[in-house]
Parts: sequence; C-alpha cells; structure tokens
Amino acid sequence: MIEFLVKRIATILPTLAFVSMLIFGLQQLLPGDPAVILAGEERDPNVVAYLREKLHLDDALPVRYGYWIGGVLQGDLGESVRTQQPVLDLIVQKLPVTIQLAVMAMMIALLIGIPAGIASAVGRGTAWDVGANAFALWGLSTPNFWLGILMILLFSVQLGWLPASGYVSPFENLRENLAAMIMPAFVLGNAIAAVLMRHTRSAMLQVLNADYVRTARAKGLSERVVVLKHSLRNALTPIITLGALEFGTLLSGAVLTEQVFTIPGFGKLIVDSVFNRDYAVVQGVVLVTATAYIALNLLADIAYFAANPKLRA
Amino acid sequence: MSLVSRSLAVAVAVAALGLASFATQSQTLRVGLGEDPDVLDPTLARTFVGRIVFASLCDKLFDIDEKLAIVPQLATGYEWSADSKSLTIKLRNDVVFHDGEKLDAAAVKFNIERHKTMAGSNRSGELRPVASVDVVDPTTVKLNLSAPFTPLLAALADRAGMMVSPKAAKAEGVNFGAKPVCSGPFKFVERVAQDRIVLERHAAYWNKANVHFDKVVFTPIVDATVRLANLRSGQFDVIERVLPSDIEGLKKDKNLKVARITEIGYQGITINVGKSEQAQKNPLGKDAKVREAFELALDRAGIVQVVMDNEATVGNQWVAPNNAFYAKNVPVPKRDIARAKALLKEAGVPNPTFTLVTPTTSDAQRLGLVIQAMTREAGFNVKIQSTEFATSLNMADKGDFEAYVLAWSGRADPDGNLYSFDACKQPLNYAGYCVPEVDELLNASRSQRDPGERKKTFEQIASRVLKDRPIIYLYHRNWLWVHTAKLTGLRSIPDGLMRVTGLKMAAP
Repeated sequence: MIEFLVKRIATILPTLAFVSMLIFGLQQLLPGDPAVILAGEERDPNVVAYLREKLHLDDALPVRYGYWIGGVLQGDLGESVRTQQPVLDLIVQKLPVTIQLAVMAMMIALLIGIPAGIASAVGRGTAWDVGANAFALWGLSTPNFWLGILMILLFSVQLGWLPASGYVSPFENLRENLAAMIMPAFVLGNAIAAVLMRHTRSAMLQVLNADYVRTARAKGLSERVVVLKHSLRNALTPIITLGALEFGTLLSGAVLTEQVFTIPGFGKLIVDSVFNRDYAVVQGVVLVTATAYIALNLLADIAYFAANPKLRA
Repeated sequence: MSLVSRSLAVAVAVAALGLASFATQSQTLRVGLGEDPDVLDPTLARTFVGRIVFASLCDKLFDIDEKLAIVPQLATGYEWSADSKSLTIKLRNDVVFHDGEKLDAAAVKFNIERHKTMAGSNRSGELRPVASVDVVDPTTVKLNLSAPFTPLLAALADRAGMMVSPKAAKAEGVNFGAKPVCSGPFKFVERVAQDRIVLERHAAYWNKANVHFDKVVFTPIVDATVRLANLRSGQFDVIERVLPSDIEGLKKDKNLKVARITEIGYQGITINVGKSEQAQKNPLGKDAKVREAFELALDRAGIVQVVMDNEATVGNQWVAPNNAFYAKNVPVPKRDIARAKALLKEAGVPNPTFTLVTPTTSDAQRLGLVIQAMTREAGFNVKIQSTEFATSLNMADKGDFEAYVLAWSGRADPDGNLYSFDACKQPLNYAGYCVPEVDELLNASRSQRDPGERKKTFEQIASRVLKDRPIIYLYHRNWLWVHTAKLTGLRSIPDGLMRVTGLKMAAP
C-alpha cells in the first residue's frame, strides 16, 4: 500500500503543474480585453493602459505565466482587480462555506441515496423499488435552479420557516447557519442522492446474485448480515469512486444553487470573476479546486483499501 | 413564587427579549443589490452598483435633487469666477471623517489631487480641466481650471466629489478600498465578497438627526426573481433593479411599495458609422438615409410596451424628454413605414441586411427580436447576434460590429451622456462618429454657464447629431426600487441611487 501511495503522490506534482498551465492557458482564450472590461463604464484610456501594465497584458504568455506561478509558489495568488482583495483572502473566506455546503449535501445524498439503493435492490420489483426509482428520476430530472426557487417560495415566502438567503457563520450562530444551509444542501444532495441510488442499486444487484452471497445465505446467516456485511461492502467500491467525484464537483462550487440561495461560496466567486475577467481570482480558485479534487481522488484510492481487503494483498 | 407566577415571569422575560431583539433588528436596513460592487475607493470605483453603497458611505461636495439640480452636501455654496476658470467652494465646518479627522479645505485639496494623480484613477478624466487647487482658508477651497468646464459641478456631485480621510488614505495606500474611511452617514464595518457589505452609523455625522438606522447591510443577489423572493420573505427591506415584468404582480401586494424614477441614462443602438472599415461595408453605416429609414421603422412606444412592460419613457436623445436640456427642436419621430420604404428606395437598397449585436440579458434579447420584427415591415433584414458583454464590448472597441444594443447609466450633466460618445476619438465613441462642427459645439457647451445659452447649443448639437444617427436612442428606463411598506422617506433621485438619510422604518 505504501508503494502505491508513493506512486500516486509522485504523479500529483506533475498533474498540478499541468493543471496550472491549462488553467492559465485556457483563460487566455476567453474573448474580450480584461483591461477594457475592468476599466468600468467610462473606459478612460489612461485607466486601460494602467490596467494593461498592472496585469502584464502586453507581455508574452509564458512571461505572464511565469509572473503568476512565481507568486503561487511563494504563497501569493495575486489580488482581485475588481475588489482589490487578495485572492488568498477570498479563498479563505469562501472555502469553509463551500466545504460546509458540500459536506451537508453529501451527507443528505448518502443518507438518502444508499439506503434507497439497497432497499431498491433487495426488494427488486416491489413498491420499494418502484418508489426509489421514481425518486431517482425526480432527482435527476429536476433542475437545481427551479427546485431552489420553489423551495424559497414555499419555505421562506409562504411558510416563513427558513430564511431565503443570508449566510451566517456556524461559529457566529449555529442554528441560523443550519437554517440558511439546509435548503441549498438539500437541493444539491437531492440530485446526487438520485445518482448514488442508481449506482448502489445496480452494484448491489450484481453482488446479490454472486455465488458467495448464495453461500452466505446457505450457511444460514441473517439477511441483515448478508446484505450489509457481505454484499454492501463489496458493492461499495464503485460507490466510493462516484461519491469522491461528486464531492469534488461540489467543492468546485455549486454555481446555480449558490446564486439562488446567495451562499457566498466558490461557485458565485468563480462565475462573477469569469464575467468580470478577474483572471487572478479565476486562476486561484480553479487551482485550489483542482488540488482538492486530486486530493479527494487520492483519499478515494485509500478508501478502496479500507473497503476491499482483496486490494491489500 | 408559585409555579404559575414563575412561568408568567419567564414568559414576560422571553417576550421582552423577543421585542428587544426585534427592535434591534428593525434598526438595520437590509438592502438587496443586483450585483457585487467593485472596489470601495471613490477614486478607483467603476460600477453603478458601487455608487449605491457610496451613497451611504461617502458624502460628496455636492449632490443632485429630484429635479437634477445641484445642491450642496459637504459644501455650503460655490461661486464661479467671471472668466469661468476657477470655482470657489465654501465648506461646512462641522464635518468629521469616520476616523475622527476633520474635513477642511486641505482635505478637499488632498482628495482632488488624489483623484487626479493616483495610478488607475477613474476620476482623472472627469477632473482633467482642474489644473490646481488652492486652500483659501480652512473652509474655502478654490479649483483653478485650465479652461472653463461647466460639467465640473455635476462631476463633484458624483464620485469625483467624494471625500475620503487623508490620514486613512495615506496610511492604507492602494489598499484603501478594503477599509474605506469617508464622512458619510454610515461607516465601513466589514465586507465579505459576494455576500455582504456592512456599514454602521457614523455617530459624529453632520446630519445625524436625519439618520434613523444603526446599520446598513448590502447583500448582492444577481437573479432579480430571487432578490424579490428575499424581499417578500422579509430578508430585505428594500431591493434595487426589479424586473419590469414583476411590477404588475407587486401592485396587489399591500406589504410592498414600488418607487420609480426615469433614469438619467438611456437605451440605444450604436451604429458603426466610422469606427472601422466595416462601416462602409454595410448600408446602415454607409448611408444616413438608411439609418433614417431604420429609425422611422421603429415604434418606440411599442418597444417600451413589449420590452419594458411600460416601465420606461420613450426618448430620442441622450437625455429624457423631461430633462431641462432636452432639445425640443428634434422631437421623437413617429413610425412611418411608407417614408422608410421611400428612403430605402432613394438609397438604392430596398432590403438592407445587417447584424445587430445584443448583450445576453433577456430584455436586450427581447429588444433585438422586437426591432427585427418591426423593421422587417420596411424591408430591413436584421440578424441578431447575442453576445456575452465582455466579448461584445471588445467587438465594439475594435469596430467589429454593424449595430450594437448598448445602454448607458447616465450622468447628471448632459455632457456626461454626450461628449464621450460623439466627440472625435473619445473612448466611448464606438460609432466612430467624428464631425468637426459637432466637436466645436460640444466644446462650446462645456464652457457655457448660462443654462439658456447651453440649451441653445444642445439644440444645435441635436439637429446635427440626431440627423447623422451614430446612436439611435430608444428609451429611458425607470429605476425600480421595491421596499417594504413600512419603510418611508425613499427619495426618487434620477441617478437611481438610494439616499439613506431621511429613510425611516415605521413601528410594527
């Protein structure tokens, strides 16, 4: 396992270097002069010239990349040209919010998706199965944006139970924090739960038909032990992979859901920055997200070892 | 104490606490913004939405009132020299910045010079005619101009007239915008990007008797429907830029009120008449007759009805018809399809084809479609190219367009809506319009102080520019603010910005 980990970690550094080049290069393909858009309505030529110089826009692409990556290696991700806030500060502000939303959404997805998948597989063809499949279809086909607005109209405008927006830090007021996060977490978790349910169901169906499960049943083991200990554990590998990928996606920011519920996370930050051509922010956020994604994949690999004894050999 | 009386005491205490917390909450004004403001430094700031925050944070030398008249704010009065080359401003003597420093003539000199010389300043252009600043005495400052420049007063009623604490500006340098220190009714507390900007009452504010809130919290929500849902659910007290299509539904809601005022800006179509070679390659850019036919094919009232749900005023100039400087000699033309067809025949292009670039916003796209349908009747074949804003701006800058739907938020003085767009080689002259006689008139208007004389010059400009049609002006949108009915004192100022002084929340 250690050898495997060393090999995996050794691939991370070149991957990150490649990702940084990709982020930087792709962004330059965006049409429009960032200096012109950042110069605001007046577009004073002096301001445009100043911004071009400040952003090194007249330098060659490799030189500009050198300026940026040089700063990154020294822990300086630059500053937002639009708000003048350091990118690192913005990330430090947004990352806990995005992580909390991702964790809550993932918990909701796991709590709904896996039990529903198991119930559907075990009770194949029963009302449980039909119900779980209907839920999955609903989850997959409901746009987050629409569900979010409907939830606001119901729980905030009509019933007045939950705030429509207004993120509060959990360290400031946990109750208000949970009240503000529960709807966006559900909207996000709902869609992922549907995917998890479908995958859990198909993985479980495969495993439940396997010979060793028949053997376990023949040995007289209880159905609970057969399903949860012998079947689910073996079915978990693809579910872990999927969970890690979905969690990684959540960490890159849930753009529409964050917009609807005014959650100050990565999604809002990155979209606003792309439209405003605030390059330093886009590069910083995408780099952090990519790093998190790679780290999560590594964790998923480690989780395979824990879940599947065959891999430890 | 019996169980009953103990329970009663607890209930009373809980109720009192509840009322106390309600009272505290009611002293915070919660404002929903349409987007996140840019840097909160008046020298560097660039966006309209930033000006909404500044209206609570940074006082200006002058302000504008409901009728667009210049009124004193930090100043008490002003006087032009006989040759119009210097402006003497008298200041209030009771103004202190949020850090306790006093505002005096030296602070004003520092600010004007900062606006003019700071790297990346967006105010340097507005203050270019100011050659030097003299401190006459602690409450009198004199601005010496290189040439007469009447629009200066209007610039000083906007961000160029905002005064920041010299002490804080020197200490913070280029990072001042992260912790702005001004002299407005509220002082800066914190900012979480894309989440909130929190301001609290400035205890030493010169007009504190008119400030009735302890805090103001600005929250940006880009989607107008979500912004409105937040107002309805009680998360906000007031929101800006409500969709015109939502206004009808709001009329039935007794808990909410709509405040509207015609903007000082406009919505128009910029036509490439000389920006690039492309101007000569399409009939619209090449021939003024085709442009006239195009304008005659438009039914502005119909456009306002369909695109803006009637929440706009029909217009044909850089200022709205209710503006004192509106040139009455060039009224809004009526739709005349027969005349439009005749003009196209005269021009030898009965079916001109061109591409209209529109931003991706829903109202701009609707506008494109309505224009396409209306002008088809006269023989035009308009192709719509919906393009993301930054990209379209780049195209306009390079002259890579034929016609472009572009709005302008407007300035209090007509010069701010005109000079940069129609004078030769100006930064916002995307049309590439350049006529020396018009330049002469535009420059003359800048030196005229007598409103009657200026109006005559604007009429001369109108009769030429509106005939050449580098921009076809369509309408002036209503600024739509919606607020809880408990909120009173919201003034309708044409710049579309909310003044917090005078705002009051009625007791529940």
